[in-house]
Amino acid sequence: MAEATHEAFDPLATGSRRRQIRAKATVYGLLLFFALLYLSPLFIIVMNTFRPLEEIVREGFISVPGLLSSQYWLEAWSGFCLGGTCEGVSPYFTNTLLMTVPATILSTAFGVVNGYALSKWRFKYDTWVFGLITLGVFLPAQMTLLPWAFVLGKLGLANTIGGLVLVHTVQGVSFTTLFCRNYFVAVPDDLIKAARIDGAGFWRIFRRIILPLSPPILIVCVIWQFTGIWNEFLYGTVLTSGTNQPITSAIVAFSGSGTGQRHYNVEAAAVIFAALPPLFIYLIGGKYFVRGLTSGAVK
Amino acid sequence: MPENTTPTRASWWQKLTDWTPQLVLLPTLFAAAIYVVLFSLWTLWISVSQSTLLPNMAYGGFGEYAALWQSKRWTVAYQNLFLFGTLYVLGSLFVGTLLAILIDQRVKFEAMWRTIFLYPLAISFIVTGTVWRWIFHPQTGVEKALNDVGWLSAQFDWITDRDMALYVVVFTGIWHASGFAMALILAGLRSVDGDLVKAAQIDGASMPRIYRRVVLPTIWPIFVAVTVVLLQFAIKTYDLVVALTQGGPGVATTVPAIVVYDLMFERGQIAQGAAAAVMILVGLAIVLIPYVLWTGWRARKEGQNHG
Repeated sequence: MAEATHEAFDPLATGSRRRQIRAKATVYGLLLFFALLYLSPLFIIVMNTFRPLEEIVREGFISVPGLLSSQYWLEAWSGFCLGGTCEGVSPYFTNTLLMTVPATILSTAFGVVNGYALSKWRFKYDTWVFGLITLGVFLPAQMTLLPWAFVLGKLGLANTIGGLVLVHTVQGVSFTTLFCRNYFVAVPDDLIKAARIDGAGFWRIFRRIILPLSPPILIVCVIWQFTGIWNEFLYGTVLTSGTNQPITSAIVAFSGSGTGQRHYNVEAAAVIFAALPPLFIYLIGGKYFVRGLTSGAVK
Repeated sequence: MPENTTPTRASWWQKLTDWTPQLVLLPTLFAAAIYVVLFSLWTLWISVSQSTLLPNMAYGGFGEYAALWQSKRWTVAYQNLFLFGTLYVLGSLFVGTLLAILIDQRVKFEAMWRTIFLYPLAISFIVTGTVWRWIFHPQTGVEKALNDVGWLSAQFDWITDRDMALYVVVFTGIWHASGFAMALILAGLRSVDGDLVKAAQIDGASMPRIYRRVVLPTIWPIFVAVTVVLLQFAIKTYDLVVALTQGGPGVATTVPAIVVYDLMFERGQIAQGAAAAVMILVGLAIVLIPYVLWTGWRARKEGQNHG
């Protein structure tokens, strides 16, 4: 496409030799500067997970490490105390996992079928249905906090992971439906028409035509939903408490309400545990992550 | 009589099959109707009710809106959001554009650069805020490091300074979001016709000038889209401030979403909290409705041009 025409021209290979070198140095110099700026927090935090507390207190986070030990990782995972329970970050990590995985799967499954139905089976008021579902993408969480608290209470899901799964599934379906609908619109209608003439129904077309075309958008949905739900904070804080909270709330409770001795090294390791799963997903599926951004943001 | 029942059952079955798409959408439609419509109206009603610590659904008028706009905390939060939003969007667009242009120079290891600039987006605001709080805090971060290497008079305490703390939030926000701007703008740059650039080059224009005058103006719709998304992020900003400054020092970095939470869950003023939530919705609507109308108008215009 347009990429090919752009490919043909190399801005760094024009002009005099000296100008070329200067241009190259500027470009790579700036890239390196920003790369260091972006990576430095990650580097600083990882380094401090290995340093003894008194060294951090004495020298701050940014200094050359002396003694290194991996014991703080263990303490962060299963040792430190939060609100009377001394099990480290692991129970909250498990909570987030138990919340994120079902909500991701459910919202993606619904989104794929919804997107297919809305893009390939036109019916009266279908754009209104799509519009209503899409509004959920933009609705600020603050507008739904009190109703959710009430509804989850009535359903017996107050202060449970199941309640958060419900909340994130309902909210997530808006995103996945939007993604999938915009993706399936590009599938030629003739393909569907031909299948219908052959007598194939809704589900058979879904299985035979739509699903085989779906892996890219499925990956986009899963990555988007997983990182979004894993990183969510407000619902978790409002709708759960104590040992039922997700990891983001636990991080804030642990590092924010520090009275007395701070445990920077253990806190740093806990922060890494909170960041690791979405970071891992991003690193293995980066291409799809970007695609989700572009399709979710611009459309 | 089988001859009779078969057709009716078939037509009944046929009807069900005809309605499959609608039936499939029913659960989501039901959930969306509750979530989007009912919940919004519910919160709207709470904002004009007599609720205080507990919900009291009797009508109480618009007094809470008046009280909200008269409270110092809210007006400060609102001004903070204005300043934060402006600088955050402009900063992210600037850095994002710069990075996109740099990567567009057919650099080596493109995938690596992209991965580095975009990874903050995969990390939660809570983690981002916590980490940068340590770096910005004078006792643990940059100031401490500068003092320890011998620059004893070095001072960098923006995060505890009422006048400067908001800029710490702006910086951290830009760190988090500029990769997003970069990804979208880079996609835009890649869609620009190479001949256009070549023509400008033959005319003797320098690269920075070509970008400023030729390339960037052609992808302006992308800038509008990125701006709208970033403004949305800005209006919803909550976690980042909680982890970074908790709204402080004082109210220096308090934003509307923090006021909502405080009113609803800390101060037991549910109605006023709901009023503040409605104001956030209004802010989003002010950004989004013109954008949606504008994209619709452009799509129609394009359709006419092509037809």
